[in-house]
Amino acid sequence: MLCSKRALTAAAGVVATALAVAACSSGNVSSGTAGNGGDGKNVTLNLATVNNGQMKDMEKLKGEYETAHPGTMINFQVMEEGDLRAAVTADVASKAGQYDIVTIGAYETPQWGANGWLVDLTEPLKSDANYDVDDLLPPVREAISNSGKQYAVPFYGESSILMYNKDILGKAGVTLSSNPTWQQVADAAKKVNTSTRAGICMRGKPGWGDLFAPLTTVVQTFGGNWYDNNWNATVDSAEWKQAVTFYKTLLDTSGEKDPVSYSFNECLTALKEGKAAMWADASVAASMLEADDSPVKGKMGYAHMPVEKTKESGWLWSWNLAIPATTKSKDAAIDFVKWATSKDYHKLVGEKLGWSLVPPGTRQSTYDLPEYKKAAAAYAQITLDAMTSVKPQQPGVNPQPWVGIQYVSIPEFQDVGNQCAQLIANYLANRGSVDDALGKCQSLAKKAGEAHK
Amino acid sequence: MAVTELDTVDAATASDPRRVRSNDVWTARWLLLPAVLFLILLTQVPFLVTVGYSTIKWNLLYPADRGFTGFRNYLSALSSGDLWPSVVATVVITALAVVLSLLLGLLFALLLDRNFRGRAVARTLMITPFLIMPAASALIWKYSMFDTNIGMLNWLSRTLHLPVVSWSTEHPLMAVVIVLTWQFTPFMMLILLAGLQGQDRGVLEAAQVDGAGSWRTFTWITLPHLRMYVEIGVLLGAVIIIQVFDPIAILTKGTGGTKTLAYLLYERAFIGLDVGQAAAYGVITVVLTIIVATVALRTLFKVFMAGGSR
Repeated sequence: MLCSKRALTAAAGVVATALAVAACSSGNVSSGTAGNGGDGKNVTLNLATVNNGQMKDMEKLKGEYETAHPGTMINFQVMEEGDLRAAVTADVASKAGQYDIVTIGAYETPQWGANGWLVDLTEPLKSDANYDVDDLLPPVREAISNSGKQYAVPFYGESSILMYNKDILGKAGVTLSSNPTWQQVADAAKKVNTSTRAGICMRGKPGWGDLFAPLTTVVQTFGGNWYDNNWNATVDSAEWKQAVTFYKTLLDTSGEKDPVSYSFNECLTALKEGKAAMWADASVAASMLEADDSPVKGKMGYAHMPVEKTKESGWLWSWNLAIPATTKSKDAAIDFVKWATSKDYHKLVGEKLGWSLVPPGTRQSTYDLPEYKKAAAAYAQITLDAMTSVKPQQPGVNPQPWVGIQYVSIPEFQDVGNQCAQLIANYLANRGSVDDALGKCQSLAKKAGEAHK
Repeated sequence: MAVTELDTVDAATASDPRRVRSNDVWTARWLLLPAVLFLILLTQVPFLVTVGYSTIKWNLLYPADRGFTGFRNYLSALSSGDLWPSVVATVVITALAVVLSLLLGLLFALLLDRNFRGRAVARTLMITPFLIMPAASALIWKYSMFDTNIGMLNWLSRTLHLPVVSWSTEHPLMAVVIVLTWQFTPFMMLILLAGLQGQDRGVLEAAQVDGAGSWRTFTWITLPHLRMYVEIGVLLGAVIIIQVFDPIAILTKGTGGTKTLAYLLYERAFIGLDVGQAAAYGVITVVLTIIVATVALRTLFKVFMAGGSR
């Protein structure tokens, strides 16, 4: 009797332990059902994506795809950008195979493709005449390809443009051409700057994707760049100093007062509230300034990103759908990513959700749709112009050994960009000299560049 | 105090010690097993894995280039020059936030210790900052308080014709400390309030009868009585604040001397994506914390011992 009681207790202990262990490991999403992929029956595709409006629209419309493809389920996992980057990088790099489709930026795509982590989509896209891969905007396609192989499909794309409040500039008697120079913009900003309103809003929040997105394009149009064609770091050059000093002077004389706090969202609010007159940032911002609830709707003017020594200075970014090589449902995944970036999907978004919500900046044909042209009249043309005129192969004055504009396509860049952004933020806040900041940044960049020579 | 009957009563054991057989001991051990295993799984295994990771070269973005590298990660962590400023930032932020929230907490605890109408409501309101998620409170401060356009602090200084302050750019360290102080003042207040309410009213009355004013009563009776509570508050507050992350990530991004060890670790692991180096930083942080904690705890326990005989 005692013996069986003991056994029972022991068993209870073991069961409880097993439960505890199981509870520990249940954080992962099972993609077990995906194992049936290929025979067209009951496939579940796990899709990791970023919490942007366009991605949430895709989640709303996934039912249309599931109805047309019985047996296929799309499981969306929507995350904040930083979390997405960490989760997806860890998953794909360690070949854990949790996701069948991942949303990645233009920065990661060519690197991951070269690592062999992504399914090469060149052939499946080319062979499908209906998909019309040549309709994709050429710079976007270039940025997500590596050695002629396309590793992802662009979901939406953006460049950077100059946005200004026509009312405020008009009252001050300032006019801007559609291709202004930075000096003209700095002069205009100074004229419209008041104690309660910034002349221009620029990103200052330390981060490779925050401060350094616009700042790298400024450096490039001033003639500098992160590396020369042989991966020698060139951050301590005279052009860098000139560009960074210009950026600080611009912020000091007519920028927002607390630059370290300001990035995309903060500047958007400032523009909407009339607390800033101009703003050079992502082209996607135009659709938000022209939204129905925006106080500055219809009052905004748009121009190309200001330049100095180059003809164009806009950046290039896209969020793309890619398929990790570890997926067990390759064919189903390819079919879905083609659907989500097709011409038909753009029409579907327009008809079901509204034409101004069509994902911008990926397809030439989108800009030919009369409904879209009408809904996005204020910014469709400038977005298309900026996106088709940028050169991701050589955005600056001199040739560079990587493809990409506001970033360097090497794994170390996130880290180098982040640390340099903190150094430059200290300079912007008058806690150090420009030579000190750029000197330290040069040694960081140099160390990263050595690995690629 | 006289020794009462109660003090001398033996505690009755549940069962005769002779009857506790090895069977029962084993039953108890089996039942404890899940908790012990859970503890080991959650704390010791990850630590050992981290120590293991810290000796290998492993950048997530270079999957092919992976291997044993000995102490090289430690060398690069110690020689990078990031560690010492980070230790200083952690100590400065923790110390300032603990001291300021303790002082403010004492003030509010004294006010709340009085009898007035609506005391319960006031107490609840005073506690709320501690109940708000750290990320949410950092965002509240970023937008509603510090912002140069719509923030209340700058609205105030504009109304008073004072210059507008760019908190995150010009005073990043103070911005972080202010948010932490706001958040932890209620915590200190609650501990000190418990201490105040545990005061013997008789002693206070006696002091009054002896002619001590309220200031002398406070400095000679209340403060010595509160000493133990202050020590607990400082210890717990420091343990929680030393791992601060949210206000730094949201307000300053580690600029201007606010890159604490926790934030540095995050940067190495999730932006540098260098697993080996991040693990080395983690191990160094643990070692440093153990050293500091041992010294601090010993000092504090000594004070506790002395406090017992007071």
